[in-house]
Amino acid sequence: MSNFYNDNPDLKHHLSHPLMEKIAALKERDYADAETYDYAPYDFNDAMDSYNKVLEIVGDICGGVIAENAEGVDAQGPRVVDGHVEYADGTKQNLELCRKAGLMGMAMPRRLGGLNFPITPYIMAAEIVSRADTGFENLWGLQDCAETIYEFADEDQKKRFIPRVCQGETMSMDLTEPDAGSDLQSVMLKATEQPDGTWRLNGVKRFITNGDSDIHLVLARSEDGTKDGRGLSMFIYDKRDGGVTVRRIENKMGIKGSPTCELVYKNAKAELCGSRRLGLIKYVMALMNGARLGIAAQSVGVSERAYREALAYAKDRKQFGKAIIEFPAVYEMLAVMKAKLDASRALLYETARYVDLYKLYEDIAKERSLTPDERKEMKFYSKLADACTPLAKGLGSEYCNQNCYDCIQIHGGSGFMKDYACERIYRDARITSIYEGTTQLQVVAAIRHVTTGTYLGLIDSYAQIPVSEELQPLRDVLAKLTATYKESVEAVMAVGDTAYTDFMARRMVEMAGFIIMAHLVVLDANRNESFKKSAQVYVNLVQAEVAKHAEFIKAFKAAELADYMA
Amino acid sequence: MSFNIIVLAKQVPDTRNVGKDAMKADGTINRAALPAIFNPEDLNALEQALRIKEANPGTTVTVLTMGLPRASEVIREAMYRGADAGIVLTDRVLGGADTLATSYSLAQAVKKFGNYDLILGGRQAIDGDTAQVGPQIAEKLGLPQVTYAEEIVDITPKDITVKRRLENGIETVKAPLPCVVTVNGSAAECRPRNAMLLQKYKYAASTSEQNALDETRKSLIEKRPYLNIAEWSAAFVEADPEQIGLPGSPTKVKSIENVVFTAKESRRIENNDEQLEQLVKELIANHTIG
Repeated sequence: MSNFYNDNPDLKHHLSHPLMEKIAALKERDYADAETYDYAPYDFNDAMDSYNKVLEIVGDICGGVIAENAEGVDAQGPRVVDGHVEYADGTKQNLELCRKAGLMGMAMPRRLGGLNFPITPYIMAAEIVSRADTGFENLWGLQDCAETIYEFADEDQKKRFIPRVCQGETMSMDLTEPDAGSDLQSVMLKATEQPDGTWRLNGVKRFITNGDSDIHLVLARSEDGTKDGRGLSMFIYDKRDGGVTVRRIENKMGIKGSPTCELVYKNAKAELCGSRRLGLIKYVMALMNGARLGIAAQSVGVSERAYREALAYAKDRKQFGKAIIEFPAVYEMLAVMKAKLDASRALLYETARYVDLYKLYEDIAKERSLTPDERKEMKFYSKLADACTPLAKGLGSEYCNQNCYDCIQIHGGSGFMKDYACERIYRDARITSIYEGTTQLQVVAAIRHVTTGTYLGLIDSYAQIPVSEELQPLRDVLAKLTATYKESVEAVMAVGDTAYTDFMARRMVEMAGFIIMAHLVVLDANRNESFKKSAQVYVNLVQAEVAKHAEFIKAFKAAELADYMA
Repeated sequence: MSFNIIVLAKQVPDTRNVGKDAMKADGTINRAALPAIFNPEDLNALEQALRIKEANPGTTVTVLTMGLPRASEVIREAMYRGADAGIVLTDRVLGGADTLATSYSLAQAVKKFGNYDLILGGRQAIDGDTAQVGPQIAEKLGLPQVTYAEEIVDITPKDITVKRRLENGIETVKAPLPCVVTVNGSAAECRPRNAMLLQKYKYAASTSEQNALDETRKSLIEKRPYLNIAEWSAAFVEADPEQIGLPGSPTKVKSIENVVFTAKESRRIENNDEQLEQLVKELIANHTIG
């Protein structure tokens, strides 16, 4: 049985990024907790050692048990018993192990029972869990919701709910309804205030991941007569109070171990989280950003798994007297899979670090006022996190799907059979580019960073970091591609038509994302020789992809838009 | 109610892959040639102890091991899972002990420890497979013993109720405390390392390990006494030099053979589709068939 952390040196590379020193110092408030808590680190090396050792626990459980359980969980799945979810046997065992190992509430502060880990190592754990069992990553990863309680609920609520999450109670975010999917403004679930200040919820939610969780965050309409997002508030529903039943579990194509529920609320007691009317416009947006980073991690985990399955099979399978990995058609596929994996992982952890930094400043701002420099940094990283999250989620999930497709392709006919893990991985991967906002919606979130130049600024900042002479030719290619990207964006903007910009948006966002990821892989290669091949392969790929999009934009006449309309 | 539990644990060479250099000329194991691991059934014993601790707040679990100084690794592993403290019984003169000398030495350490309600240990260690040490300790201490334990069903200040896994079924017995219970591999698997406990105990060190540490770490251990792993010598536990180590060991190993791995243990499969299918799956997965 392998350890999914120790067997992957790429993870240690990303964990040891230079920015971690700053992140750990901020998260640990210059290691002040060491006086109060016996498990708090006393300096940076101690903190890193703890992240490393805890990730070893994650890798051990994932490689040892969770990955082994995945097939059984996929076959058995959860079921509804008396209005509640009963998990598959393997899922129960997985959850119990994660609880015993203390891997719930990883990012929560110690005073609330958490490990006080920064987002970056937490996201790394999510990647590892996803490699073992993508569906289980959802159940485990919903501990993210505690972040929303931590950021927006009152102190009493934090003290009542967050320690429970750290002890292993699961969470869910109840947002979607039959008529409110991507368009959450249409949420109808009715919240009615009671004389005692509590609320009652009535209505139906649909497609709720882990919908029978212990603690729910619920988006509901608190303002009678309103129709848009400004009438929605966030509530906390505690399963111990009762009032919510599971009507059915969806029969899904993949991530079958993760119960996707239809919920019926009948006068369910709930309490307001944060302020009225801010449910969608503030809290869900924050919740979604965290969740999107989670899906980006999930995608990279699946990508890793797909690459490993494909690589192992290609080495093992012999045709025409040799292993198929020796054929150019196969080794090219594998090299590209690895390059896409490395690129999406580089962007994942870059984004995680940005998220860490701005959230840390936000958190510190609750304790004391920030210095002007700190405020500036907070804004800077917040913008980068906002710009990179939809890229990491959107492009990472697309790469993950492409890698799973190629994984089956490399398996040939065997890959189409139920005998190999790749068919399950392929089915599990498919949702990553759909939930928590489809790739198309990630483009919508990203496009303003194309038009306002955030991406260009980021690309320029990467280009200014010196690299070894050996990597300079790749940098030169990226400089040309950046110029091409700039031209394409200018050409689209010059048309000045919203529909036309929207039509070209994905192409522009992809160009930016590809160039950013290429820069990151080149920087990884600069820090670690093992990424050199990937840097070359990825830059080659990006060169062709950027040219393709640029060519399309250049040749396209605005009038042709009509040919595409239904 | 709370209990003081001693868990006997052994750091063993991983005998699952025995090579040519596994034995030394004197017929004892060449520990340097094999990776050292926590004896698997001792982990099962630890889990039983931790369950008692969970159900009975105030209970303390102390791990006692005899071996080389590096056996403190076993103590730390136990601490990461919930043990409170550990003792390494280590001394040159203890080396080369057979089960008789080992159980004598450990029994002396238990006496020295004093106040205990229950002694738990694995059924046997994978390096010797004798299953003698636990029972011999019980004899030397004049305590009742329960072997092949699969589950501790109940514990009161007076007695303990244990399910034993026997060849033809399960037997439930009750024994007065204090007593010695040896735990079978079919008992619940040990829990994983806990992230919080790992961070709390990762710097736990034995006396000899502490000598090699820098000042920061030394002062940390000074501030946090639970990071001390006690190291006891033969003299400290007042062991009779004639009854320990090679002089105290009538058993001599002549040779050890590397046999082809056949099966870990027998297992009974119920006559139903579900279990049969599970068995076939396992056999295919480990390439026994198919």
